[in-house]
Parts: sequence; C-alpha cells; structure tokens
Amino acid sequence: MRAMVYRGPYKVRVEEKDIPKIEHPNDAIVRVSRGAICGSDLHLYHGMMPDTRVGMTFGHEFVGTVHDVGSSVQNLAVGDRVMVPFNVYCGSCYFCARGLYSNCHNVNPNATAVGGIYGYSHTCGGYDGGQAEFVRVPFADVGPSKIPDWMDEEDAVLLTDACPTGYFGAQLGDIVEGDTVVVFGAGPVGLFAAKSAWLMGAGRVIVIDHLEYRLEKARSFAHAETFNFTDYKDIVVQLKKETDYLGADVVIDAVGAEADGNFLQHVTASKLKLQGGSPIALNWAIDSVRKGGTVSVVGAYGPIFSAVKFGDAMNKGLTMRMNQCPVKRQWPRLFEHIRNGYLKPSDIVTHRIPLEHIAEGYHIFSAKLDNIIKPLVVAGQS
Amino acid sequence: MTETATPYIAGKRTPKKSADDLRAQIPGWGADLDPADRPSYPREQPGIETGAHWDFPERQPEKWPRERSIEHAVLPPVFGTSTPPAGVSGAIRRYAYKYSEGRAAHWLLLVAADRVDAWEHHLKSFATLHPDNPFTETGVASEFRRHGLSSRYGQKRADVNHQWIDPIIVGGPWILAAIGIGAAFKALRKQRSA
Repeated sequence: MRAMVYRGPYKVRVEEKDIPKIEHPNDAIVRVSRGAICGSDLHLYHGMMPDTRVGMTFGHEFVGTVHDVGSSVQNLAVGDRVMVPFNVYCGSCYFCARGLYSNCHNVNPNATAVGGIYGYSHTCGGYDGGQAEFVRVPFADVGPSKIPDWMDEEDAVLLTDACPTGYFGAQLGDIVEGDTVVVFGAGPVGLFAAKSAWLMGAGRVIVIDHLEYRLEKARSFAHAETFNFTDYKDIVVQLKKETDYLGADVVIDAVGAEADGNFLQHVTASKLKLQGGSPIALNWAIDSVRKGGTVSVVGAYGPIFSAVKFGDAMNKGLTMRMNQCPVKRQWPRLFEHIRNGYLKPSDIVTHRIPLEHIAEGYHIFSAKLDNIIKPLVVAGQS
Repeated sequence: MTETATPYIAGKRTPKKSADDLRAQIPGWGADLDPADRPSYPREQPGIETGAHWDFPERQPEKWPRERSIEHAVLPPVFGTSTPPAGVSGAIRRYAYKYSEGRAAHWLLLVAADRVDAWEHHLKSFATLHPDNPFTETGVASEFRRHGLSSRYGQKRADVNHQWIDPIIVGGPWILAAIGIGAAFKALRKQRSA
C-alpha cells in the first residue's frame, strides 16, 4: 500500500508499505478514503514530540471502509463505512469505564500520562496512522462508528478530531449564559470552539490570531469578533479594554505547542526543542481571563516542561481545565447539531491533497501558504 | 465623567446582546445552554456504555520486547507495532525507558534519539535506490505553486520573524555533511598524490 512516512524533522515522503495485519482479535483494518493533516501533526513534523520515529505513518483523522475484521469483532463488518475517533481506547479500563476515553490505560505502553493516538509518535502508543491507504484500528467494537447515510464523508472526517475537540474545549469552559469567551487560535479547533461557545449560550465570542485570512473565517463561520494580536502592543491589555477591564469569563487555548507572538518562547520550543511547547497562548489566556474565571486548554503540548505563568493562574484563582477530547462521547450531540443545521464541519476545509503529494501538503500547512485552514488527504489519487 | 470600570464595582457593566437577539442571529445559540445537554458533563460518567464486551482485553502477541514506561504495572494488552527500536537510536530509546515519565532525562534522551534516528536513516537511504531527497521530502517546491511570497509578505504574520530559521534547521546539517565529505575527499586525494 502507499503510505506517508516520516523521514526526520520537516521531511516526509510516500512509500510502499505492507498492508497492516490483524494483530488482536478485536482489530479491524480500514481502507482509508479521506484523511486529514491536523495542526498537531505539525508538532511531529517539526520534530517536537519525543519518540517520533523515522518510518512512522502519521494521521489521526480518517474515515474509510472496513477491509478486514478480527475474530471477536461484533459491531462492524467488511464493507461498512466507518469514522474512527483519533483516540485508541479499550472501553473497559478504569478511565474508559468513566468516559475518559482519551486517557485509556490499556493501549499505550510508552507512557501513562497520555492514551493512544493513531500516528502520533511512540509517546502516544506507536500506532501507524491514517495518512495511508490502509490502517489498523484496534478495539473495532469500541472506537469506530458507521457513518450515518445522511452524513457527508468530509463532515465525518472532521468529526474524528477537530470538530469534537473544539466543541469539547467550549464544554471545558463551563460557559454560562452571557459569558464573554475568548478563543486563542483561529485554526480548525479554534473555529469549532468559537462556534460551540454560542451553542452553550455565550454572550460574546472573541477570536485572536495573527493570520488575517483565518480571522476572516472566524467572522464568517463562527460569527466571532476578531483581533489580530500583531495590531496591538499587548493583546492582553486590549482584551482587558474590550471587557471593561474585567477580563474574559472563559478563555480557550486552541493553539498549543507552536504558538507565535513571542520570539524567545517560540524559538526555544519549536526550533530548539527546549520546551514541550511554546506557551504564549496559554500565558495570554491566563492573563486575559478574569479572576475566578476558567481557562480551557485543548491545544496540544509535548510532555517536556514549558514556561507557563502558573503563579498568575494561582493568584487569580483560576479554574484550569484540559484534556485530549474523548471524541466518541461528543458524536451523538454533534450529529444532532449537524442535522439541525447549526454546524457544517466541512465548511472549514480549504485544501484536498492527494496522498502522493503529502510532502507539499505538510509544507503548505506548516508555512501557512495559500490561505490554508484545513487540508484533507485523499488516498488513491495522484 | 468616566464611568468606573467593572472590576471596581459589583455589577457587570459591559453591554450585552439579549438572548433573543443572539438566538435570532446565531444558528443554534443556546442549544446546549443546559449543562445536561453537554456530552462531557459531568466529566466522569461511571457506567458509560462503550461497546466493550470484555472485563480485560485479550493480549496482543508481543513480537519483540516492547519498550514501556516504568510507571506501568504491566505491559498494556494492546499497543502499536510501528517502527521497533533499532540501531544506535534504538539503544538510546531503550535506555531512556529506564527513567520514568517524571524525569527530564527520559524525554531529553528520546528527543536525542529522534535526531540520531533521522541521520541513521538518511545514511542508510544512500545505500538504496530511494535515497532521501530533502528537496522533495520538505515539499518546498510548493513555495512556487502556492504563493510562498504573497502568503507571507504584506501580511501581518508574526511567524515571518522566525521562518528564516527553518531552512537552517533542515538544510544546515546537509550542507555541513556535504562540506565534510568534500573536505575528506580532498584530503584523501592530497594524501594519495603526496
């Protein structure tokens, strides 16, 4: 089969690999029809995530058709069209039994602090991902779901991570009616978080970024007020002014490890790998939320220490809530929102990259060329 | 007279649109106003139905001694089988797993192994019919097809001030390696002709 493989920082290519095999009775093998490159894949691509091995196939957002199933699989059959959450999880450990699917303890030997994620380094379990023609999907009776007949395949692929993660980020904010919600980051997760904040009754939604074309999308797609932080000497002060010096009730960090806005923080994290992530957005979140407010973190950070302003968080009495999203828990409600016309996930798709051209896809996304917001990966096209 | 800003008084003065206005303007506004409608509320839901039909999953065969965190009591039953550790980078990785996730040594050794791994594979690739090609593998040709200049300049992007570092990170080691090989070749020729 054809598959993307990592060749070292900033380098990927497409190679012939063996089609994955059933390795456990509850495995399925899925033939991928649509994948995606996630902003968090760029952390791997840039060499930031420890134990990212040359030869690994990335990709934790994908949908496709069941090609083969293991002997104990009951809920799926060959030929079913399926959407697969980015979480690999067993459904039966202490954490899964409480709904914390992203914190599963039975799928990742390499680390206890994080669950399993497809194509996301050995730190997340060492699973090859879905930027390929085929992918092994463990616990086929637990993770994947059949794609409803009415659902567009491109909406389905956005429901495997970006959309539920944004929706989950808004939930972590514990938004109450009339709250002012600030979202750092107008990438896919930030756009969905902003959109979701309205569903939860926000009174104002403000999105911050430095890419004008993404802020335009935040206005049109998520009905948000927007600020380009490069227009202001200090975005925190600007947000204080915007909120009558109170600060926002809820701030969502939808940026994560490669935040821009402070040269030293960015370079020490993204380029020199001396921090697990560049916590610029997180520090701005801590400083721009009101005392007693809530900071929700759904931006991804690596496991190495980061220079977070924890003293301000403590002194302000903040509630800080965070996690990788337990995707499948979000699906039933998100399906309703899509059917009701409140949400159209594929509206944020800007690029469809053939698998064979994935090196260029990564570069375009990494360098933010061509007004890119969300690139999908299409297998089987040249 | 300027009004006193909100935090200095008890009331929240920032003008807000009414719920009715917002409902009229924003599709779905307030649909999840009730926390009970939010799927991750409460965060932990003991007894949630997951589809699992086992108390503990069957064990997947361990085809090589699987490196694992020493914070795990046992090897988890299911795991990824991509890219087993090999070579010098593999030795560093296996050593890194002697430290817990709480130790910086664990992560810093893994990052070091990643860099070694990349160079092991670059060198190995030159003995194959498919050597690494930093030009195609970085996708840098898209700069010409996807508006590399106009996407960056004349915009208010904060990342332009550090993007110049990327070619150094990617190309620098290749250039240094080429200079090193050239110097070694030259020295060898000089030695032979002497």
